Amino acid sequence: MPVKTIRQALQEALIHEMRRDPRVVVIGEDVSGGAGTEGGRDAAGGVLGVTKGLIKEFGENRVIDTPITESAIMGAAAGAAVTGLRPVAELMFSDFLGVCFDQIFNQAAKFRYMFGGKARTPLVIRTMVGAGRSAAAQHSQSPYHIFTSVPGLKVVVPSNAYDAKGLLIQAIRDDDPVVFCEHKLMYDLRAEVPDEAYTIPFGEANVVRDGDDVTVVALARMVHYTMEAAEKLAAEGIECEVIDPRTTSPLDEDTILESVERTGRLVVVDEATPRCSMATDIAALVADKGFAALKAPVKRVTAPHTPVPFAPSLEKLYIPDPERIAAAVREVRGYAR
Amino acid sequence: MITAVTMPKWGLTMTEGKVVQWLKSPGASFAPGEELLEIETSKITNVMEADAAGTLTRIVAPEGSTLPIGALLAVIAPPDTPPAEVDAFVAQFVVAEPQAVAADDAAPLVPREVQAADLTLRCLEMGSGDAVPVLLLHGFGADLNSWMFNQPALCEGRRTLALELPGHGLSSKDVGAGDVAGFTDAIEAALAALAVDRLHVVGHSMGGALAISLAARRPDAVATLSLLAPAGLGPEINGTFIDAFVRASRRKEAADALQSLVHDPSLISRAMVEELLRYKRLDGVAQALQTVARAWFPQGRQTVDLVAALRAVAVPVQVIWGRDDRIIPVAHADIVADSEQVHVLDDVGHLPHMEKAGEVNRLIRAFIS
Repeated sequence: MPVKTIRQALQEALIHEMRRDPRVVVIGEDVSGGAGTEGGRDAAGGVLGVTKGLIKEFGENRVIDTPITESAIMGAAAGAAVTGLRPVAELMFSDFLGVCFDQIFNQAAKFRYMFGGKARTPLVIRTMVGAGRSAAAQHSQSPYHIFTSVPGLKVVVPSNAYDAKGLLIQAIRDDDPVVFCEHKLMYDLRAEVPDEAYTIPFGEANVVRDGDDVTVVALARMVHYTMEAAEKLAAEGIECEVIDPRTTSPLDEDTILESVERTGRLVVVDEATPRCSMATDIAALVADKGFAALKAPVKRVTAPHTPVPFAPSLEKLYIPDPERIAAAVREVRGYAR
Repeated sequence: MITAVTMPKWGLTMTEGKVVQWLKSPGASFAPGEELLEIETSKITNVMEADAAGTLTRIVAPEGSTLPIGALLAVIAPPDTPPAEVDAFVAQFVVAEPQAVAADDAAPLVPREVQAADLTLRCLEMGSGDAVPVLLLHGFGADLNSWMFNQPALCEGRRTLALELPGHGLSSKDVGAGDVAGFTDAIEAALAALAVDRLHVVGHSMGGALAISLAARRPDAVATLSLLAPAGLGPEINGTFIDAFVRASRRKEAADALQSLVHDPSLISRAMVEELLRYKRLDGVAQALQTVARAWFPQGRQTVDLVAALRAVAVPVQVIWGRDDRIIPVAHADIVADSEQVHVLDDVGHLPHMEKAGEVNRLIRAFIS
């Protein structure tokens, strides 16, 4: 089985679907990758490198460079989706959602409902999340919980290349708006990825590791930090069950609840800020529907409720790390009333 | 002579295994085929059996230890061997072990692609020699990894070919009408491409039916038939299973379906379920499985009837079936006239070649030699 990066996996997903369905178009800032530079179009493959090669194969009617205006990108994409295309729009940094939130939150997410179920909005918004690049407070956030809180949006947060390809193809074939969150530090992460097209259903968590002592739910980059912690903890005799929800909306509640029913202990790891977040949401889910199984309080391991710091030393402290995750697991494992 | 028991390599993806339990104590002697220890891989737990008679002189790998393939697990030596010699063997082996693994890595086992008319089929080849080759045909919804415990045991002195059928594994997903004739055409074309003119055919379930079909069509090419819980010998089949298997797209559904295949559901690991889901998620697979299921098992009945074909073939036939098969009833084995060649295994479901690999391997080896 060939090994590919998340970047390659996403690019393959786009190519598969653009070949399969002429209604699929890509729209965003510099998605042709290099227009206006010496190398010309496709020289760079887009700012994220994901859209490389698309302009050559599919031309400028299907790979659309836009001005630097997120409101126009999302507005055009939402309108195109509701009138029959299947756009994949790029919101380079999810931090910029503020300037285009009406188009996403109050338009695309509402079309199906407001038009009595007669409208479909097959729109995918690809966007970068995550801290760790010292990109400062306005380019480092992980606001997937904000999208998740909006009924009418589906939200994908992949953690590896295999999932990234299958979930992006699923997103493009889905008839509702999907926000697809890519962690900016994970594009070069490798995994076995089939050459063929495949889909992973939304709302089906991946159980990354089996364990009977503590359930740990983690997203995106935190899945890998949690696995690091879990290996260390296993040497101490603590077995973690690690669950990667893959999509935050819909959320696979059953897999989380069934695991907690067995372990009685839950730690949620989330790189985002803690208030009204996925960590809080999942903790509330288990408090509400799984309380009887709990043997210890639920622990959340998250960023603090502050902007992401620019200083690398502070940013390192800001992001949850394997040591903090392991400490939280030990705490719930050792809890006695 | 002092010999080593080493971590086996079962399947293409196995890199390490965990010693679950030793079934023989140090000092115990054993006959060929006796169970030595249980080994757990990321996919499945299996029992490792002795190749030859001997005495378990020393256990090197304790229970619970996880070791790479090729690592030393135990030492077999004549009862009067001085401990110092065993010590020396163990010390020497530890030094030699990484090289042995490196040598394996140098020639990794990779399935080749075989062009069968306009289909590309995967085929894993193992072994070499002049003895008549073995063709392994997997069942409905399975792939060449079905034979992970069997192919290494059957390949001494001969080629073994695990062919992946159309619509299955990573072979082409086009199954045409999905019927017996179409699959048999594909197998014949693959054999021509592989330049094999005579073989022993081992087939499981749907692959068993295809083995009969191949023997009927090409009596010149088939030396013997080993049929494991074959389809095509009666109308009964577990239609609920077929529907659930074809429909399953979520982990829970896939796990439930797989568990009904075996006598002991704990055999089905999360990795096996994940592997099935990864196959089923590929574009074209759902349609291929539906087409095949409709052609072979519509409305919970088998429409493929190979009873007459089996009675007509002149080659020796062996049948192996699990007594607790919940997919195809073991009673279908009654159709085989030579009851000496019918082996019904206790505590086994529909996957005898995985559930009791050692016993099945012995039966097949004895039959084809």
